Amino acid sequence: MSKVAIIDYGMGNLRSVAKAIEHVASDATIVVTADPQEVLSADRVVFPGQGAMPDCMRELDARGLRPAVLEAAKNKPFLGICIGQQMLFEHSEEGNVPGLGIFKGEVRRFPADKMVAADGSRLKVPHMGWNEVWQKQAHPLWDGIEDGARFYYVHSYYVDPADPALVAATTDYGIPFTGAVAQANIFAIQFHPEKSAQAGLQLLSNFMCWKP
Amino acid sequence: MLAKRIIPCLDVSAGRVVKGVNFIELRDAGDPVEVARRYDEQGADEITFLDITASSDDRNIILHVVEQVAEQVFIPLTVGGGVRTVDDVRRLLNAGADKVSINTAAVNNPQVVADAAGKVGSQCIVVAIDAKQVAPGKWEVFTHGGRNRTGLDVVEWAQKIASLGAGEILLTSMDRDGTKNGFDLGLTRAVSDAVSIPVIASGGVGSLDHLADGVTLGRADAVLAASIFHFGDHTVREAKELMRARGIEVRL
Repeated sequence: MSKVAIIDYGMGNLRSVAKAIEHVASDATIVVTADPQEVLSADRVVFPGQGAMPDCMRELDARGLRPAVLEAAKNKPFLGICIGQQMLFEHSEEGNVPGLGIFKGEVRRFPADKMVAADGSRLKVPHMGWNEVWQKQAHPLWDGIEDGARFYYVHSYYVDPADPALVAATTDYGIPFTGAVAQANIFAIQFHPEKSAQAGLQLLSNFMCWKP
Repeated sequence: MLAKRIIPCLDVSAGRVVKGVNFIELRDAGDPVEVARRYDEQGADEITFLDITASSDDRNIILHVVEQVAEQVFIPLTVGGGVRTVDDVRRLLNAGADKVSINTAAVNNPQVVADAAGKVGSQCIVVAIDAKQVAPGKWEVFTHGGRNRTGLDVVEWAQKIASLGAGEILLTSMDRDGTKNGFDLGLTRAVSDAVSIPVIASGGVGSLDHLADGVTLGRADAVLAASIFHFGDHTVREAKELMRARGIEVRL
């Protein structure tokens, strides 16, 4: 039986993520935890995040979780969600803070001058709602999910990887931006699978079966 | 492209969905979990719960409702009604709400918007504005279901709460609410054009075309309706099919 640790560093409610995973993997042991040992002993790790990245980085370190996250990201099936994706990168424009630096690249804010729809109306920030996710590489986590399927996004910043080979999906909002990145045992997404109805549940189910 | 959202709104009192016209003759309309699941199956993009529980003794019941719905319905949930403090916001988010809507408390103390956004992030904070037209092209913020004037200009108020950190605005025309004559499109457009955060249009939907008008003419990012879906006149799917036929991007 597989044990999945959802890393809880006090930033937002993780109940929905846990419930969604429970829904698709009823035989799995799901722990929502701030204990580094629990993270290190898990078979799979989910790294979520909500709010502002500077707060998330501070709270992660306040709980002494950084070493466990870096260790888990080396070899366990690892799913970053929202700010949990952004934190994997080197640096964020939000609060001008460094991230964990697992991936090279910057977290950027949607550029105000590009936030214009085709009909000339203003595109709102945060980017909030269901948008199309265009798959840029074949990946087990896309199994059973149509290219261009809609997922629920809510964010004002997005990741800009230095290495284009990391990009697993893009979404268009004024500009094309990176919606998902993948490398070896890590898959990280800006959108919220736990709030994305059937497509989101499929992705979580794929993650729970994934053997990178 | 980002889809325009359709959001069914459920009035909840003491843990049950109720429906009525203008808060009169409220009738039991079922279990919130069942109703929410039905809307999810029809393709609702989010669900909003408005807690209209009268008795303060029963106010915590909404937390249990949110917990139960969030365990079974995997789309965003917004909860409003009687939210006064940052603690109220936290309790609802911890129960499983994704967004919390603040109305009167924001008027009484705008700082609560900034405090809440600072604590839980702008993406979780919706400010609800109840608006009434007071002159051509001019609307005033009202509270208490349209009974109390505040003296605040709606457009200026919308800009203020956006600058305080609100992530979204739920804009209800009290002139149109319950009329089935359609959204106040002038109001919707004025607010949507004035702020850079998303605006949800509400109040007055009587037909599926009204929903589409809210997006095309009102420039709303999302449209909210209650009775058109509750009373079985239309499904969310029908609404989306019509919107798509009118050239609007939707999730179908």
